[in-house]
Parts: sequence; C-alpha cells; structure tokens
Amino acid sequence: MTVTEDAAAMAPAKEVGKARRRKEDARLITGKTTWTDNMVLPGMLHMSVLRSPVAHARITQLDVSAAKERPNVVAVLTGADLAEEQGSIPCAWPVTPDMVNPGHPSIAVDQVNHVGEAVAIVIARSRSAAADALEAIDIDYESLPVVLDMEEAVKDGAPLVHDHLSSNTSYHFVFDSAEAGTGASVDQAFDDADVVVSRRFVNQRLIPAFMEPRSVVVQPQGDNFTLWSATQIPHVLRVMLAMVTGVPEHKLRVIAPDVGGGFGGKLQVNPEEVLALLVARRLGKPVKWTETRSESLMTAHHGRDQVQFIDIASDREGNVRGLRCRILADMGAYLRLITPGVPALGAFMFNGIYKFPAYRFECDGVFTNKVPTDAYRGAGRPEATFAIERIMDELAVELGMDPLELRRKNWIQAEEFPFTTVCGMEYDSGDYETATQQALEMIGYDELRAEQQRRRESGDPVQLGIGFSTFTEMCGLAPSRVLGSLSYGAGGWEAASIRMLPTGKVEVVTGSTPHGQGHETAWSQLVADQLGVPFEDVEVLHGDTAVSPRGMDTYGSRSLVVGGTAVVKAADKVIAKARKVAAHMLEADEDDLDFSAGKFSVKGTPGSGVGIQEIALAVFAAHDYPEGIEPTIDAEATFDPVNFSFPHGTHICAMEVDTETGFVKIRKYASVDDVGTIVNPLIVEGQIHGGLAQGIAQALYEEAIYDAEGNLTTGTFVDYLVPSAADLPHFDTANTVHPAPGNPIGAKGVGEAGCIASTPAVVNAALDAVRHLGVSDIRMPLTPERVWRAIHGGGDGGDRATAGTNAHSVSSSEAATASATEGDQQ
Amino acid sequence: MIPAAFAYSRPTTVEEALQAIADGGDDVKVLAGGQSLIPVMRLRLAAPELVVDLTRVEELRGVREEGDQLVVGAMTTHADVLSDPLLAQYAQLLVQATETVADRQVRRRGTFGGALAHADPAGDLPAVALALDAEFVIAGPAGRRTVPAGEFFVDYLTTVLEEGELLVEIRLPKIAAADGWGVRYEKFNRVAQAWSIVAVAAAVRREGGRITEARIGLTNMGPTPLRASATEAALVGVDVSLETVTAAAAQAAEGTSPSNDLNAQADYRQHLAQVLTKRALAAAAGL
Repeated sequence: MTVTEDAAAMAPAKEVGKARRRKEDARLITGKTTWTDNMVLPGMLHMSVLRSPVAHARITQLDVSAAKERPNVVAVLTGADLAEEQGSIPCAWPVTPDMVNPGHPSIAVDQVNHVGEAVAIVIARSRSAAADALEAIDIDYESLPVVLDMEEAVKDGAPLVHDHLSSNTSYHFVFDSAEAGTGASVDQAFDDADVVVSRRFVNQRLIPAFMEPRSVVVQPQGDNFTLWSATQIPHVLRVMLAMVTGVPEHKLRVIAPDVGGGFGGKLQVNPEEVLALLVARRLGKPVKWTETRSESLMTAHHGRDQVQFIDIASDREGNVRGLRCRILADMGAYLRLITPGVPALGAFMFNGIYKFPAYRFECDGVFTNKVPTDAYRGAGRPEATFAIERIMDELAVELGMDPLELRRKNWIQAEEFPFTTVCGMEYDSGDYETATQQALEMIGYDELRAEQQRRRESGDPVQLGIGFSTFTEMCGLAPSRVLGSLSYGAGGWEAASIRMLPTGKVEVVTGSTPHGQGHETAWSQLVADQLGVPFEDVEVLHGDTAVSPRGMDTYGSRSLVVGGTAVVKAADKVIAKARKVAAHMLEADEDDLDFSAGKFSVKGTPGSGVGIQEIALAVFAAHDYPEGIEPTIDAEATFDPVNFSFPHGTHICAMEVDTETGFVKIRKYASVDDVGTIVNPLIVEGQIHGGLAQGIAQALYEEAIYDAEGNLTTGTFVDYLVPSAADLPHFDTANTVHPAPGNPIGAKGVGEAGCIASTPAVVNAALDAVRHLGVSDIRMPLTPERVWRAIHGGGDGGDRATAGTNAHSVSSSEAATASATEGDQQ
Repeated sequence: MIPAAFAYSRPTTVEEALQAIADGGDDVKVLAGGQSLIPVMRLRLAAPELVVDLTRVEELRGVREEGDQLVVGAMTTHADVLSDPLLAQYAQLLVQATETVADRQVRRRGTFGGALAHADPAGDLPAVALALDAEFVIAGPAGRRTVPAGEFFVDYLTTVLEEGELLVEIRLPKIAAADGWGVRYEKFNRVAQAWSIVAVAAAVRREGGRITEARIGLTNMGPTPLRASATEAALVGVDVSLETVTAAAAQAAEGTSPSNDLNAQADYRQHLAQVLTKRALAAAAGL
C-alpha cells in the first residue's frame, strides 16, 4: 500500500487538465505546412470555374471554342461534356421517406438554379491562364422567375425552382410528443393554457467564412487517384466520391492535410471536388482548384436561414405547458450532404432545458434559387436555442415575471438528471442553478441592474440591458442506432489505433480529422495519461485515408467525446496486451501486476517492474514473448456512443444601446459552461471565445443578403461583416464540471457551445435595454439602423435592403409598414 | 482572384511618371498604395492596360512646413501620417481620421494622396481635406496647378484630375491647439475595419468662451464629401455650450444627398449626420 502511494506521489502530474499550448500551432500559425493549395505536383494543371451570373435560367447557348484557343489552355468542359459521368452531389440525410431530392449536378447541364453555379470549367497550365480563358466563353441564358422568399415559395401557384417537381417543398418533417409517446398532446396543452405567446423569428442566412479557402488537388496514378482537399471529412468524402464518380473506393485515397478551419462549411462533398476528380480521370494529369474568396462566399454552402413561428403556452404562474414550432427552412437550390438534416437535428432541442409536458415540431424544407444551406457551427441547435431563449423572454414579459425566475421555475433540477425530455432525449448531467449563480456573480448582476434603473430614470441616451441564455445542446454525434432511426446515411462511431514504436514512442491514429481544433495536443494528453508516457513521446496522425483508414471525421463537437474515447479505448487495449508481455518478463501472474505511470510492477514487490515503452522494444525484438500471443502491443478501437452528451451553460450579456444612433455595444459578457471533464482548459477557453465571437456575429453583424434578382450582395468582406477582436468585448468565461456519464473521459463537447448559446443572450440584452421604449423584437443582425428604426419607428427595425430581396421578406405588418416608408424615399 | 494581364511601369521621379502615363495610351491606372485599385483589378472590375506604380517616387513622400502651411506628399502613407511630428502638432484632425482608416495593414500601404484621388465618398480623408480647405497640387504635361479642396471633388469617384495628371502634394493650413483650435473626427461604422456609414470631421476655434470659426466636413453624405455650411455659419460668434452646438448640428444634413445601401437608408444617414455633428462639435469645443 505504501509502495503504491509513493509511486503515485512520484508520478508525473496528470496531463488531462493541463493548459498546454497547442503543439500544432507553430506550423499552423506561420503557414509552414501543407495547406492543400501549397501542393505543387509535376505537370499539374489548374482548373477555373465559370459561374452563373443569374439565379434561375435555362442555358440557351454555350460556346467554348474561343476559350479553347486561349494560350496554355488544355481543355474546356461543360455540363454537356460531363453529364454522363458526374452523377449527383450526394444527400446523406433523407429526413422523411417521401423527401424530394431534385438531384444536384456538379456542373449545370441545361439549367442554372443559383448565382454561382458552375456552367463551364477551364483547365490550363497556369492558374492565371485558366482564369483568363473564362472570359472567352460565350454563354446565353433565358431567364426564369427567381424564387427567393420561402413564405412566398410555399404558396400555391408560386413559381418553381425545379419545374419537374410539383412544389418548392422538399419535405415536411414532424415530431409530435403525443405521437412519439414522449409527452402529452400539444393541442390540448394550448387549449388548456392561461397564456399563449406567439412570435415569428428570423434566423438569417449566414456564411461559414472559414479562414482557408476550399482547395482540391487530384493526382492520377494509373487507375489510382490521390485527392488532397481542404475538407473536414476525408473519410466521408472518399466513400461519397467513389459512389458519385464510380472510381472504386479502394482506388481512391483522400488526404486532408492541415486544414484552416471549416465551421461546418467543409463538411461537404463539393461540386469542385467531383469536377477535379473527373478532370484528372479524363486528362490523366494532376489538377488543382483553389477558390477565390468571392467564390467561397458565393458558392460554398451557407448556414441557418429559418423562419420560425413559435407558440408557447403556460399557466398564469409561469409553468410552461406546451411548445409548438413551425419552421420554414431554406434548403437553397439543391440538397447537399446534410442540407435537410440540419433543421431536423434541431427538432429535438427547441424545448431547451425546460420541462415542457407537450411539444410539436413541424418543418418544411423549402427550395429557393440560392446556394444550398448545410452545416454551420451548431447546425440546428443554434436555431433551436435562439427560438426557445427568445420566446422564454417574451413569455416572461407577458407574465410580468423576471426572465430568470421564469427559467428557474421550469428548468430541470440538478437532482433530476438523467432526465428524459419531451423529445425523448436523455439529458445526461448538469446543474443549471449553479452555473447561473456563478455567471450572475461574474458579471456583477445586481450592480448592472441598478445602473440600468438609473439610466432608465434619467432618460440617458445610452440604455443598458441584460440578456440571458440558459442553454443546452446535444453533442457527441452520434449513437449509430439513433442516426439509423433518423434515416441518416451513416453511423456515428469513431475509430482510433495506437502504434507502439520500438523506441517507445507512440503513434496515435485518429479517424476524427481536425481542421484547427487541437486534436494533436488533446489526444497526446489523453494518451500520455493512459499509457504513462511523456506528452512529447506521442505523435497524432490523421486526415489520410491510407494512414487512418477508418473514421467519421470532425463536426458536431464530436471529436473528443467520440474520437477521444476511441483513443482511450485503444490505449486500454494496448495496456491489456502489454500486461501479458509484462507478466512474462516479470515472471509474475497477470493478476498480480499493477499498472501505474507507464510501468507494470508486481504487487508488494517494490523496485521491480517494466515500463510500457520497454515492452514496446521487447515485442519489436520478439526474442522472448509469451506463447499464444502475437508479438505486438498495438491496438485499435472503435467507439459507438450509446447516448448524446449535453453540454449546458448560462450566458449573460450586458448591452449598451445608444438610442440616438442605434449602435449597440456589449459592455460585459459572462459565460459559465459545463462541457464535462476538461482535457485542456486552454483549448476549451479558445473554443468558447471563438464560439462567442461567431454567435455574437450572428446577433450583431453577419447576414447573407440576396437582391431581388438573386445576386449575393454581401459577396465580399466589405459587405459581409465578420467582426474582429476590436469589435468584441472581454469575455469572462468559467466552467462547472459535471462529467458526461456516456464516455470514459467524461467530456461533453465544446466546439459549438459558445456559438449556440450567445446569439439569444445578445438579442435578449438589446431588447431588455429598449423594451420600455416599446420595442419587442429587432431582427438579426442588430444593425444600428434596425435598432434605431425599432426604437423610433416601431416594428422589428425592418430590413437592410431594397424591396424584393430575401432580407426584405417580412410578414409582420409593422415592419412592412416601416419598410414601405423607406421604399418611398428611394 | 487574379487580375487580367497588364503592362507595368515603376518610375522614380514625377517627371518619369508623367511620361509613363503620357506614353501609356488610353487605359492607364496610377497605383499609389493599391488599397482600392488592386482589389478592383483582382475582381476584374477594372482591367487597365498599363499600371504606373508610384511607390518608388521618393519626392512624393513626406511632410514639410512652408510658412503657415504643411505640405504633405501625395504618396505619404497613412502610417507615415500617424507618426509625423508636424502633423501631430498642426493637423490633429487628419491624424484622428487616419487612425480610423481600415486596419494596420492597409494603413501601412495606403496613401493620403491615393485616398484623395480615389475620392470614395465613404473614405475618411476627403472630408478632412475639405473641412480644412486643403489645396491640391496637381502635376501634368503642361506644368503644375493648384486646386482648392472645394473644387477638387467633382462626383462619385471623380475629381478634377485630368487624364495625364498626377496629384503630387496636399497643402494643409496649420490648425493648432495653441491657437484655440479643437478638432474631432467622429466616425460611425459597424466594425472596426469598415468604411464609414457616416462620419463628421470638425474643427472649432474658440476665443473667450465663444466660437469664432467652425469647419465641418461630412463623409458619405453624398457623392462627394460635403461641408455642413449651415451648421458652420450658425456657430460663428455663439457661446460654447451644448445647447448652441446641438442647435447648430440640427442643420448638419441640409443640402446632403446620401445614398441608400445595405448599411443605411438616406433618412437614417441624415439623422446620423446631425447626431455625429453634435458629438464631434462638442468634443472639438471641449464640452
């Protein structure tokens, strides 16, 4: 016993919990690494894409002959050239059995359905030659009516995006707690309720705007192809490209080298990836495509874009009785990889942390002549969180209750975990009260409320508001059986393997491909603790289907929860194998061995022992090992979670609103997140900061706007406003820790929490500042003009653009009146 | 993106530059800091046949004192403006406005003269030059001429610069705190690096509790920078107080014709002009 204690005392400090700086950062930050666009291959050609300048049209004439004559042009291809072999961009998530998928060509054949759609490609010996030759292509279009506004698009007789379909509705997805047996009848709940509050919220269209533009390089070698891509999903991409192009899966190797961010925007099978592979196959030469920033904003998939009709029912005392959500979700022109699934993923989260007895969710996926939407940081959960956290504030106003008291009255109590919600989800662990108390103290709540009162009484031009978001979300995607029940086209497991090298160094292979998250550091910390080896002795390999053959990649805050657990389980197997060898080497019974700090020792025999790194050398030499085993202690594991994990937290925003100009400024922001066990506090804090920046950006800055013809008017960073550190406040962040019971690490996931939680806290804060001036809603983003108009003109502040654009599609009469007034002045 | 092919000339003197422009034919663009020209070329919104790059023309850089004027070379970068001791002493309004231009990288390359010659109404420096009654020295094939700021800006992205001409220097009157001047550049934008939605450049001279002179330039309130003349006139001789300043600022939008765009409709811009003028004047007058 004494021996064990001494050994523990002498063991190195645990890696898990240490705020290590990320080992990958030096090369990522300096760019001295293999970004896809850095790849240069002998004889490599360059692809450039001619894109449709019109949103909806038939191609009546397309002449590429002049472009073919341009200097250094090798080939010019059109949709007609590739129609037989291009297949359709895959959609892996048919959310209903009768979902309509019109098919998604990588290059338009006879009709274009959104601005930016590929209509011809030039392959040339240099990038500039390819770009120059685009100008020599002659193409004519015959315009079709442009469909932009979802609420118009679903009406009878509306023009169709796809004229071979019977409507613009792709699917109608319903979850009803009474039908599912997870709750009561929502209609009954509303019939019986004392109070019903209904609101229409707009979750505007956003652009992921990852840092590294998309890029792909394909190298043919005989029948084999190697494809490098700036993708989040090399494993998924390989399977899908094989299915789409007919290149056999075993002849295709996909490599995601270091990838500069994605935010879901690189969770895709991109048309240009398909085209590059087809071109390389056709020409037998390596080819590269790297997008420009303008192409990226215009053609990489967008995110969000929901109109939400939310009804909440409660009794007079503020006990919630029912929640009804009717959603219009903009698919854009086509269904990409999980386009229809994003709103469906949110279906199980609109109830938030509250104990609703009855719930109904209905969603229509609607086609419009815009670039398709798909995953964007949070994917379904920010939309749900925004709706519930906004409607709770509206209900509090209706009831005359403090918004926090209303929440407290309805949220799940700490002692009620695990708690099965009205959606049938089993929330795993947490304590909403403790997180909230801590956040209140951090932000100095009482003093802020006092200042708010002073400013109100003095009629200060700058008013102060405080907004809450007491949120939860679901991470750890995903239990494969659950995905199957939702008709998703794949599983949610993750794979890992560990290779013990002769010198005792450790190679960890993960199927969860990072694109900036810091997997190499966090996985090394996990393995250092599990195997008792130095952090520096661990190398993490990823992102190459030849190196890491099995994986489901990185999205949905799944990597640590699922991929990290696979690593831990692989390490357990390494230890189990090593134990047999150790027993042989120490001439002891396996059961008599302790394993601690990387060393097997015989119980009660101080000083004896053999390290796992020594065992690695011993099995490499293989001169003397036990009968009946293979001479290796390498191992692999696949982890398929049995449940999701549910991070939660309380975010509080204090907002100054300049009522003279409409300018809003975050004074203070405090967040307490429970993301389970924290492996690396520095990475967690970084993820929260980045998430907050992105969630605040939705509330205040970002919006993809199309004009009445379907042109993206926010096509550069001049108009699509991504905030920088200069625009954001100091963040006071902290954590409570309730380990997730569903995985041995105890982690819940942190990649999206800040982004999901912050948006409604910010909007609620702004409204709290000016509600006494008669404002009950302001549309996101809260531009100064919208805020000013909401204060001085009523309504939700109206729109940012001219009539007929998607930013103008308002059904609320007040806002429509306000914008009509503006329109008169143009 | 990749610009279309173009010929390139990099002269080292103004004379060589004028010659290169004269020899260049019909479609010549002059490159100063490139912060506007290069993006439009990369987007292929402009495809000049010849680009004449002034970055090696040393005589166009720097600030010197000539009597009661400061002479700023057209190729003086924003970063140079921010570190120049003469401008710090006599042209605080320019310094304040320049501090708000874009971001550090842009300020390193972008030039004072380039920003003026580009004449973007959302740019910050034209309104400052206009408020200060700067003089623009223009070199051309026929020699040099001097144009007052009030005549320099003609229309949206258009100045009096003729084909074949170059803006070579800008002459600013000295405006010093020691003489009773207070200044303020009040910029309104949504994120730090963005263009102004509206901005106000104000210089106010006080003497014994009264305002003796006010100069107010408006950014992005029309196709060119504008003076808030009515407000300026209303301020002369009044007591320095929040009331007088507020009353005068109420006339700031008179005669303006701002545009409608994603950030603001015209009526909102006119409202902002009044609020920002009030704030700029209050700060400049030390209130």
